[in-house]
Amino acid sequence: MPMSRPVVRLLPFFALWMLVTLLLSLSLDARSAEQDPTLAHVSTLLVKKFDDKAKAVALLVETNHPRTEEILRLIQDGELYYRKNDNRLFNIPVAETGAQAVDLLDASAITIEKTREFKKVTLNNLMRGQIGLALAEIGLKSEDPAQREAAVRKLLGELSDESVAVLRKRIGAEPVSAVRDLIQVALAVNDLRNGDEVARLQAIERVEGSLESPVRTALTQVAESDVSPVVKQKAQLALNGIDEQIRLYGMVETLYFGISLGSVLVLAGIGLAITFGVMGVINMAHGELIMLGAYTTYVVQQLMPNHLGASILVAIPAAFMVSALVGVAIERGVIRFLYGRPLETLLATFGISLILQQAVRSVFSPLNRSVSTPEWMSGMVEINPVLSLTLSRLYIILFCLLVFVALVMVLKRTPLGLQVRAVSQNRAMARAMGVRSKWVDAMTFGLGSGVAGVAGVALSQLTNVGPNLGQAYIIDSFMVVVFGGVGNLWGTLVAGLSLGIANKVLEPWAGAVLAKILVLVFIILFIQKRPRGLFPQRGRAAEG
Amino acid sequence: MKTKASKSAVIGTLSALALSVSMNVAVAAEDTIKVGILHSLSGTMAISETTLKDTMLMLIEEQNKKGGLLGKQLEAVVVDPASNWPLFAEKARELIEKNGVDAIFGAWTSVSRKSVLPVVEELDSIMFYPVQYEGEESSKNVFYTGAAPNQQAVPAVDYLMNDLGVERWVLAGTDYVYPRTTNKILEAYLKAKGVAAEDIMINYTPFGHSDWQSIVSDIKKFGAEGKKTAVVSTINGDANVPFYKELGSQGVAAGDIPVVAFSVGEEELSGIDTAPLVGHLAAWNYFMSVDSETNDSFIDGWHAYTKDDKRVSNDPMEAHYIGFNMWVEAVKKAGTTDAKAVQESIIGVAVPNLTGGYSTMMPNHHITKPVMIGEIQDDGQFEVVWQTSGTVAGDAWSDYLEGSKDIISDWRAPLSCGNYNVKTAKCSGQNF
Repeated sequence: MPMSRPVVRLLPFFALWMLVTLLLSLSLDARSAEQDPTLAHVSTLLVKKFDDKAKAVALLVETNHPRTEEILRLIQDGELYYRKNDNRLFNIPVAETGAQAVDLLDASAITIEKTREFKKVTLNNLMRGQIGLALAEIGLKSEDPAQREAAVRKLLGELSDESVAVLRKRIGAEPVSAVRDLIQVALAVNDLRNGDEVARLQAIERVEGSLESPVRTALTQVAESDVSPVVKQKAQLALNGIDEQIRLYGMVETLYFGISLGSVLVLAGIGLAITFGVMGVINMAHGELIMLGAYTTYVVQQLMPNHLGASILVAIPAAFMVSALVGVAIERGVIRFLYGRPLETLLATFGISLILQQAVRSVFSPLNRSVSTPEWMSGMVEINPVLSLTLSRLYIILFCLLVFVALVMVLKRTPLGLQVRAVSQNRAMARAMGVRSKWVDAMTFGLGSGVAGVAGVALSQLTNVGPNLGQAYIIDSFMVVVFGGVGNLWGTLVAGLSLGIANKVLEPWAGAVLAKILVLVFIILFIQKRPRGLFPQRGRAAEG
Repeated sequence: MKTKASKSAVIGTLSALALSVSMNVAVAAEDTIKVGILHSLSGTMAISETTLKDTMLMLIEEQNKKGGLLGKQLEAVVVDPASNWPLFAEKARELIEKNGVDAIFGAWTSVSRKSVLPVVEELDSIMFYPVQYEGEESSKNVFYTGAAPNQQAVPAVDYLMNDLGVERWVLAGTDYVYPRTTNKILEAYLKAKGVAAEDIMINYTPFGHSDWQSIVSDIKKFGAEGKKTAVVSTINGDANVPFYKELGSQGVAAGDIPVVAFSVGEEELSGIDTAPLVGHLAAWNYFMSVDSETNDSFIDGWHAYTKDDKRVSNDPMEAHYIGFNMWVEAVKKAGTTDAKAVQESIIGVAVPNLTGGYSTMMPNHHITKPVMIGEIQDDGQFEVVWQTSGTVAGDAWSDYLEGSKDIISDWRAPLSCGNYNVKTAKCSGQNF
């Protein structure tokens, strides 16, 4: 009791002290906002409609506020939120319960209790453009040459007078030659628009051979409507040179597209080249084995959500195993009773394909599943402004070649491969030599199915992972195998790639629908002339 | 002893249950109003249509909780036309003749609607069609609660032209009737607005097209010629996913070349990683993200009904919501479910839509709706960036096509015609 007395007596003082600190902190808050009226104003605008937000961004840029870059980046990355009840702005890198939210104005941190209390400061396209340009202007002064280059490229066609002045000053001091060249081009484009005749002529010389699209736009304008005929003529000449180059790179691009489409066709068809080509089984469920591979990728990604990059690599053997096991089961359960009866095999495997589709619908729902592309596979390699190769396609081309080489190796260099070839060439003789032909059948079918599963991993990066995935590729697969010559892996490779390229060459002038039809018609005619495909298997045994 | 007692108890309950069930059936057979649901539950369209079947079941359940209609309970009759167009007609006949339904809610693709059309006209029944479509149709027996082109495509193009300053246009679509007709209307509209022919690129691709490399690259080149370019996409269904993936991997950002889609909604986006698509657009009459009380309670009801609080809602669901409520109101007004009476009483009926306003059934069997443009966000939702100030009435016959601009539709007496030519003052009498 005696102890509590002084405590009780102290209570009012304690309360007073609390009040004072509270007031102090409030006034501090108020002062920090007062100190920075711009920021306070901006923060009231940012929680309103798009027009107001755009004004806020403009205000930041105009007043050259020291935190402009930081705030704009936050908005661009979607990390700026506001609290619904008091409209205060917070920086929230991860929006989930228990994560940190940092107050934008006074940098105090709080913990998020309910994510619903916060709402993102959203953007529309106009604002995205506005922020992009504003950040590019800031980026001109960046320390990082790559950032400077990106900034100049972004501003190439739309330099403001201020940025022109900045660039003119910059150009002498610029240490990196690539950036210097780009700044030259940017200033030249500006001259093309605004300079006098001499400046325009010089500018045309300077931009000659540049493939940046604003250069082409500016040159086209000059070539069409310049007051001086000399400038006009020169611009036209420069333009012709650029167009010539663009055409050339366009051809390279078409070739790349063709090879990449071809490699998808090869991947889809190569498993069939083994089951249909080597074993002679018309497997209508081949597409569904591809689908199973794609779904395996999805499941693997669900199992390791924090290692998206590695999940694809894990998915490859997993998909191989899943599809191979299903394949062996199909062979043991159905197909082995139907050898030598192609029509019944066709019907039975078609039935299996329907069963597999419906099974996937029941297990995973009829909706498509989303398989995300890992970081290292997205984006593109920019070779020059008119030619860039998408990375995911590049990896798939490489992957296709890898699978092809591996398969050829398996068939040529392993005991299994030897036995497979022996059985496919002459079953009776092979059995007489002690080959367990039934076991070989199952393994071969498993191998072909497994490869189909691996193709599914690749396709999951390009297209829908849904119950209908397989149907979309079954016709293409048969087309490639038949065209290439049944029973020949090299034939499949050449057929797939050449069909891909033919399709892509036809597409620009015939349209996607007609191109596909033309390719099909061509194959039908070709098969009439050479029923055994591009590379027919020779020898007596092949007839059987 | 004990087991015997429990056994008899079980038998007792079972028989009581059986009795009550059979009584229920008896009551159901006599005293319910039947509503037919004609959506594919298997095959390729199941992906979209299953959701609509669930929506209808939910709406009917809610109406029954409110006491049903005309003092009777509603009973849903669900059939599965299995994405098979001729089967739609057969199933519709079965619903009307065998099951005696008073109204059908159903169909998704235009071809399935065209397949049902002669059946509902012959049997003089009623169908509500909930999906945006190409127009050029107005049947006495069909009520179109989805958007006509002037409620989706044309306003979207206006937005791109006026607010984003777009001057070059890529019209990309899947090769079938809806994109072809819509693009014909849009092309005529753009030309009327003074867009030159070389500034319009039209491209068609087959169903389920998956290799978009060359087309996206062409679009990129088309857009790199100095003028602001946009893509108007009528690409259907599955093909959108690889299309958007290719846009992402070729670095076509929404800021440079925005894509506005008419067939991509919340449901379609739930199967894609939307991060590379942020900023691309869609035009609809409803978005799940719309802030309104009716919408909030609709979504809560939907989550409770499906027992899944991740399920999204979308535009055709709202169309069924509106259509169903209009039918309920019209039946109340007419005092009967008789198709002829309801066809008359439903014109002019106004019910709340989910975006905070009212939708009215017009004499041409289309409804009034607000038009909204939304930008894709990284959580798979849309943020509304523009919307019409009021509602827009659906126009069955486009004002921009030769041969259809003189035609109007008015199902009220004395005109009672779905395709009346104002120039020749004749009702062509065709059945659609």
